[in-house]
Amino acid sequence: QEPQASGLPEYIKIVEVGPRDGLQNEKVIVPTDIKIELINQLSKTGLPAIEVTSFVSSKWVPQMADHKEVMRGIERHPGVQYPVLTPNLQGFHSAIAAGATEVSVFGAASESFSKMNINCSIQESIERFEEVTKSARNMNIPVRGYVSCALGCPYEGNVVPDKVAEVSKRLYSMGCYEISLGDTIGVGTPGSMKKMLEAVMKEIPLSALAVHCHDTYGQALANILTAMQMGVAVVDSSVAGLGGCPYAKGATGNVATEDVIYMVNGLGINTGVNLCAVMEAGNFICTALNKKTNSKVAQASFSTGTI
Amino acid sequence: NLVPTPVKIDLINMLSETGLQVIEATSFVSPKWVPQMADHTEVLQGINKLPGISYPVLTPNLRGFQAAVAAGAKEVSIFGAASELFTQKNINCSIEESLERFEEVMRAAREASIPVRGYVSCVLGCPYEGKISAAKVAEVSKKMYSMGCYEISLGDTIGVGTPGSMKEMLAVVMKEVPVGALAVHCHDTYGQALANILVALQMGVSVVDASVAGLGGCPYAQGASGNVATEDLVYMLNGLGIHTGVDLQKLMDTGTFICNALNRKTNSKVSQASCRL
Repeated sequence: QEPQASGLPEYIKIVEVGPRDGLQNEKVIVPTDIKIELINQLSKTGLPAIEVTSFVSSKWVPQMADHKEVMRGIERHPGVQYPVLTPNLQGFHSAIAAGATEVSVFGAASESFSKMNINCSIQESIERFEEVTKSARNMNIPVRGYVSCALGCPYEGNVVPDKVAEVSKRLYSMGCYEISLGDTIGVGTPGSMKKMLEAVMKEIPLSALAVHCHDTYGQALANILTAMQMGVAVVDSSVAGLGGCPYAKGATGNVATEDVIYMVNGLGINTGVNLCAVMEAGNFICTALNKKTNSKVAQASFSTGTI
Repeated sequence: NLVPTPVKIDLINMLSETGLQVIEATSFVSPKWVPQMADHTEVLQGINKLPGISYPVLTPNLRGFQAAVAAGAKEVSIFGAASELFTQKNINCSIEESLERFEEVMRAAREASIPVRGYVSCVLGCPYEGKISAAKVAEVSKKMYSMGCYEISLGDTIGVGTPGSMKEMLAVVMKEVPVGALAVHCHDTYGQALANILVALQMGVSVVDASVAGLGGCPYAQGASGNVATEDLVYMLNGLGIHTGVDLQKLMDTGTFICNALNRKTNSKVSQASCRL
C-alpha cells in the first residue's frame, strides 16, 4: 500500500465488527438465524473481513452464546476472513473445533479496565493471550490483537500514549499480525489520536496497525481521517453503527461502516466494498432489531432515495 | 414547529454567555416565505446585545436590509449559491440576478458602515444539479468578496461533501479569496461534517459555522440531520488544543434548554454521551 501524493493510503481495509462488537452491545438478543443472515449478506458486499462471534462464556456475554451455531452456520466466501474473539485457550480450542480460521485477543491499555472487564491485570491477560498465540502459531492460525482504551478509559480517564505503545508491542511481539487500537469510549479527538499513533508507531510497523473508533462523541470520522493521514490503512467499523456504549447510557458506540465507506470513497480511496450492499445489510438488521440505523449516510440515502 | 419569541430570545441570551463571539440572530425575510422568522424585529430588539459579540442577521434584499438596520442590526449576511438550479428554486432568480440584488445591499451597507458576510450555498454538491464544480464556487465567492463581503462562508448545504471534495474545493477558492476571509459551513447529513471541518482547518480556514444541539434538519432529506452541532465541534477543537473561547459546559446547557423547549432530542453526540473523562 503505497501512500498517495496526498499521504493517504491507496487502499483501506475495512474490518466489519457489527455481528460481534455491534450485536454484543445491543440490548435485544438476536436469534441465531438472523445473525447468520446478517453475516451472509455482509459477505456479499466486498468486505474483506467480518468479525463473526465471540467464544466467550455465555454467562458473561449471553448475546454470543450461540457462537458455535453461528460459526458453523454461515456461508464462507473465498477471500473473506471470518475472525472470532477468543479470550483464552479454552475459547480458542472451542473456536477451532467450530471451524474458525482466524482469532482475536483483547488487551487493554488500562489496568482498571482490564480488571473490570476481564477480571485480571494487564500482565495476567498478556500471559493468557500468550497461550492462545502459541497454540495458534502451531496451527497456523492468524491472531489479531486489540488494545482497548487507547484514547481514554471509563475508569482511569486519561491514558498515556506510551502505555498503549507498550501493550501493543507485547501483543505484536507474541505474534499478533495486526493491532487494532480501540477508542473504547469514543473520547478521542484528532489531537489525542495523533499523539497516540506517534507513540505506537515507534514500536509497531504502520502496516500492522488498525484503528477501532467509537463515535460516542461524534469524533470517529475525524479520528479515522487523522489515522489515515498518518498512513493507517485498516479501519474497524460496524454496519448501521450497531452497538451502543455500555459506559454511557443512550450514547452511540461503533462508527457506522456506511459512513466510513462514504468518506473513504469521497477521498478516492479504494475499499472494494459496495456501499449500497452494506446499506441493505444495515437495513435488514435494523428492521430485525426494530431500531433506527445509526448511520447518517443510510438515514440520508433512504430519505432521498439516492446515494 | 414555530418557536415562541421569548424562547428564541432566551436561547440567544444563553448563547451570549458561552463565549461565542458571533451569533446569527434572525432573518429579515418575508414571513410568507419563512414563517419561523416572522418575529425578526422583536427578536433583534429583545436580545441582550453583549459587547464584543456580533449578532448578524440575514438580509435577502434591500428591503430586508433596511428593516434590519431600522431594528438595530449592526451586521448582515447575504446568501448566494454556486448552483443555478438551486438559486432558481430557492430565491426564484439566476445567480447573476441574485448578485445584482446583493449589490444594492452592499451599496447601502457600505454607506451605513455595516459589515456584510457572504454565504455561498451548494459548494460541495446541489440537491438539484448534483456535482458542483470548484471553479464555479470560486467564481461566485470571488464576486461576493469583490463586492465587499468581509467573509465568505462556504456551505455544504446538503452535507454530501467529504474531506476529498472539501480539499479540492478549498484549493481552488483559495486562489481567488484569501484564506483569512473564508469560513466553512458544513452540514452533517452524511456524518462527514467534523472530518470536512478538520480538513478545512488543516488548509488554514479558521472560521467555522455550527448550530447548538445540531439544530436544523435537512429540508432536502426528510428525517436526516442538517447543521453540525456546535458542542461536537468545540469538543474536537478543544482536543486539538485550538482556542475557541467557548465554554463547552455552558454550551451544552444551552443545548439542553432549547431541546427541552422544542421537546426534541439533541443532535449533539457530545451532549448525548454521559461518560466522564
